[in-house]
Amino acid sequence: MIEFHDKSIIELYVNGDLKTVAARPADTLLFILRESLGLTGTKNSCGNGDCNSCTVLLDGWPVKSCLMLAVEAVGHEITTIEGLQDVPMQKAFVEKSAIQCGYCTPGMIINSHALTTIYPDASDEIIEEWLESNICRCTGYKEICEAVKSVINM
Amino acid sequence: MITFDFDYYRPDTIEEAINVYKKITGQEKKAIYYAGGTEIVSMSRVNQLSFDSVIDIKAIPECNVIETKDDKLIIGSAVCLTRICDFGGYPLLGAVCRRIAEHTARDMITLGGNILGKIQYKEAILPLLLTDSKVTVAGTAGKSEKPIDRIFNEKPLLNAGELLVNIIIDKKYINNPYSHSKKTKQEKIDYPLVTIASVKNDDEIRIGFSGLCVYPFRLDIIFGNIDNTNPESEINNILNRVPAPIVNDILGSAEYREFVTRNLLIDLFNYYGGMN
Repeated sequence: MIEFHDKSIIELYVNGDLKTVAARPADTLLFILRESLGLTGTKNSCGNGDCNSCTVLLDGWPVKSCLMLAVEAVGHEITTIEGLQDVPMQKAFVEKSAIQCGYCTPGMIINSHALTTIYPDASDEIIEEWLESNICRCTGYKEICEAVKSVINM
Repeated sequence: MITFDFDYYRPDTIEEAINVYKKITGQEKKAIYYAGGTEIVSMSRVNQLSFDSVIDIKAIPECNVIETKDDKLIIGSAVCLTRICDFGGYPLLGAVCRRIAEHTARDMITLGGNILGKIQYKEAILPLLLTDSKVTVAGTAGKSEKPIDRIFNEKPLLNAGELLVNIIIDKKYINNPYSHSKKTKQEKIDYPLVTIASVKNDDEIRIGFSGLCVYPFRLDIIFGNIDNTNPESEINNILNRVPAPIVNDILGSAEYREFVTRNLLIDLFNYYGGMN
């Protein structure tokens, strides 16, 4: 049984590297990624699981890092936006101008990358279902959908 | 940020979970079982919930199973809603789960958490109530199988320290005709004004409601007894059997919820009538 009490040293497997960090069991994964590991690409916005700016991948699946305890992620593989190195989705977002203010973009790209990895032939219905999670108030989603579809059609 | 401190345990077995719960509460401290964490973290963040320890059950194999075995579909309490949708073993449950929250939230929200959490809607319980599902509960005396209404009836009924291990659905219901409709105030992703799920079993239609009252419930009707010439009267009969006051809140007034429910019931009668 894994257990943590008070502030203790935990090991997190982030973007392919094992990171050692001090964390309280009450610390969210978002807080530790940003404030302890300096991975500020993962955005802090609502802090309440509503907007998904803080989306990271846990064993390849998108999760809200603001609603996950850092200690929960021990033993799992975490991927943040910094861990995506020139994946097709990043290029597609640039080519399709799927970015305006950019605050939601890391969460959007992480989620979209997971979508096209898990469902390489995703239908429009599945794309819509996945993208409903991430709130963007600039682009209107059209360009974001085009970016996702351009990766699917590669 | 959660401002108070607590201890974190991740047991590998049911026995470890039960024992650590007993140990913590024996020290007059409060422990809670933890699975998806979405509700616990968001409520803790605003100090609506407090505890001394969380016991994360996601590493317990029995709580993570989703499989068909003989004539049963077994779903662990820590299985997330996305996995249930993708597994596809029970179409009505998949349809209901697919309208709870949004996709990334469903990667985290678990079946057990949705049923036993603080949220009043508990939409995932509807298909389980409609199929007389059973649950496996573990406690200090070991594991036992119970009807689902022994762990939820208006409110969660588990005793302190008892752990919901899994839900067992009889496959004889799984392919029955079913319907599901969720109406929200405005946005597609929201809590329900009213969610109705139903299953037709021979001449009986079992209807589950969420959002109409402060807890989900089931009502059964005999389809053959319905007077098609007077649906208004039939709907009044159903609404007269609603077991608690209709919710009246910022999402919708009681009058509006009743109006929406009436329309959903007309749709439901037409749907099953059309099938006949």
